[in-house]
Amino acid sequence: MSKTMRRVGPPLLLLAPSLLLLGVFVYGLIAANFQMSFTDNHTAAQATGQAPAAAVWFDNYTALLATDAFQHSLLNLLLFTAVFLAGTMAMGFGWAWLLEKPVKGEGYFRSIYLFPMAVSFVASGVVWRWLLNSNQDEQASGLNRLFQIIGLDFLQNNWWNNVTFGIIAIAIPAIWQLSGYVMALFLAGFRGIPDELREAARMDGATELQLYRHVLFPQLSPVALSALIIIGHMSLKSFDLIMSISKPANYQTKVPAVDMYVFKSSFDYANAAAVGAILLIIVAAVIIPYLIHTHREEKR
Amino acid sequence: MRINKKSAGVAASVAVLGMTLAACGGGSGSGDADAEGGADQVEVFTWWAAGSEKAGLDALVGVFQEQHPDTEFVNGAVAGGAGSAAKDLLQTRLQAQDPPDTFQAHAGAELQDYIDAAQIEDVSGLYDEFGLTDAFPADLVERLSTEDGAIYSIPSNIHRANVMWANPAVLEDAGLDTSAEYEDLDAFIADLEELDEADVTPLSVATTWTQVHLLETVLLADLGPEAYSGLWDGSTDWESDEVTGALEDFETIMSFTNADRDGLDWPEATQQVIDGQAAFNIMGDWAVAAFEEQDKELGTDFVAVPSPGTAGTFDFLADSFTLPVGAPHPEGTEAWLETIGSLEGQTAFNAAKGSIPARTDADPAEFSEYQQTAIESFANDTIVSSLAHGAATPVATLNAISDATSKFTTGASDLDAYQSELAAAAQG
Repeated sequence: MSKTMRRVGPPLLLLAPSLLLLGVFVYGLIAANFQMSFTDNHTAAQATGQAPAAAVWFDNYTALLATDAFQHSLLNLLLFTAVFLAGTMAMGFGWAWLLEKPVKGEGYFRSIYLFPMAVSFVASGVVWRWLLNSNQDEQASGLNRLFQIIGLDFLQNNWWNNVTFGIIAIAIPAIWQLSGYVMALFLAGFRGIPDELREAARMDGATELQLYRHVLFPQLSPVALSALIIIGHMSLKSFDLIMSISKPANYQTKVPAVDMYVFKSSFDYANAAAVGAILLIIVAAVIIPYLIHTHREEKR
Repeated sequence: MRINKKSAGVAASVAVLGMTLAACGGGSGSGDADAEGGADQVEVFTWWAAGSEKAGLDALVGVFQEQHPDTEFVNGAVAGGAGSAAKDLLQTRLQAQDPPDTFQAHAGAELQDYIDAAQIEDVSGLYDEFGLTDAFPADLVERLSTEDGAIYSIPSNIHRANVMWANPAVLEDAGLDTSAEYEDLDAFIADLEELDEADVTPLSVATTWTQVHLLETVLLADLGPEAYSGLWDGSTDWESDEVTGALEDFETIMSFTNADRDGLDWPEATQQVIDGQAAFNIMGDWAVAAFEEQDKELGTDFVAVPSPGTAGTFDFLADSFTLPVGAPHPEGTEAWLETIGSLEGQTAFNAAKGSIPARTDADPAEFSEYQQTAIESFANDTIVSSLAHGAATPVATLNAISDATSKFTTGASDLDAYQSELAAAAQG
């Protein structure tokens, strides 16, 4: 007994503060959030206990999911995620592939591509709000003006003010910002593949295409998966970029995170918590299979 | 060596644990030490951190320090987001029962949430003590009172929401009357059409809240002050044909506005009028500061008139100060509220901020030309409450109306759907 204590005690003591903090401030608060989302706490009076709040279990969820407004938010989130993911993966891989061959001034390009990531979403959002100005023709500014100057007038559009696809315009700055990061991940992946493997493949008569298909891509797939997970969960949580380009009340760019903010500022804590819980469930649906997958890999 | 390492680890973890506990315990005790109702200080929570608002607050503090030299003023101003950052922090502080001694809030229905949550005190006693019941217009006092006669805040200033700003040079180029006063919306819409052909934006507008602001002036114009006020107490039917007509006018007017509206905030929309890119802008009278800062003269460089069809009505909103439940220095708060309500305080504050005093006994000569016209209207016109600025409805209703409006103006819903969404929003 005392022997185990001596073996386990100090590490446990060392871990205790972070376990305690995680327990209270992460898992405890998640539990509190779920508890709140199961009540009918929709007014300021209920939030302070001046009026009674009752448990309504899943009513808030079913009511939310049934409204057009929230379905619109979810659809926006889906569109945003799809375009953001596809865009960053394509751009990131493309750049990595170009830089992977010995290029003059590679370090220089690497910094240029990676730099946008150092800018905060809020700061770049301010600039992109101007670039994505929806005025056209005489009053155009930003990208629409650029299209006029280079004679591509037909490319002018109203960007994020389109009701259905507006959210995709906001995915553009997100792609601009994170492609460099995906590039760095892929570049590290490429560098991790020993030259001997490529030479061996070439000796065996593999064409360049076959080399990529059968030698390089299989070794890059763990990198691709991590990139997908990282970008995917960032997209689900994205709020700051959308808020700094658009405004919380703008219908065309609403996503669940914005709904959560608006509910909270209307003192509707139950619905805010329910939206938060839905977001958590969506993120978990992405992350948990990944965690299980990596856990299995490590065991092997 | 080994033992050393181990004990160092234990020491480190104990230290971390200690710091954690200290951090957890820190927040709660701080306010209690001096909580004896002391008049020694007052923390004033506002979002007046820049521009004319900051100048107004500074002027107010000057008067406060003369009137109450023993009470220390603690500035709790939170900058950013036109008050949204401050409101968020305030919500958190009130919820955690750590209220400031007094906070700024729009007078009227916006206070309802705080009242329902029992977070602010009835200050009607102070109205008698400071003689404010006679100093403020009866219309205003009635609007500030709840149904059972309680009043929860003291206004520091009055703003007018139904003001239309126009650029006379643009109007002249289009061959229109430069005085720009309109009896009704039909005449206004006819001129918007003419302007539309003249290659300028007829009416500039900005993001959702300014569209709600526009909607409110359109409702006021078409329904008249009485039916407009009825929208907020349930006596006017939101589903009625009159409202449908007003919403049709709103749709028509919105079709004459700039395409990039959703990305702008009010100063950018007002700037379009100043720069001559747009002919008209409907915005509250805080916009006068934007014109004056750029050395524009009322009457020659810009025109400020009641928004079309609303002459004789004063669509009001007011900043006001409260006494939160459990304020650490209630006597300091009383001192602050006395200054807020006093003639000197209101004069100093409003001369700097550009709004007008709530008191009727202020001397108009101390204010600017625009302010003098507003003072006169406030004394003589019918007063109604602003929707977009929290005077007419609680926050949740306003948010629902904003959502419906944004949906409608981006083209995601039609007029019928919009009207029923508004009706649902007003019912809460």
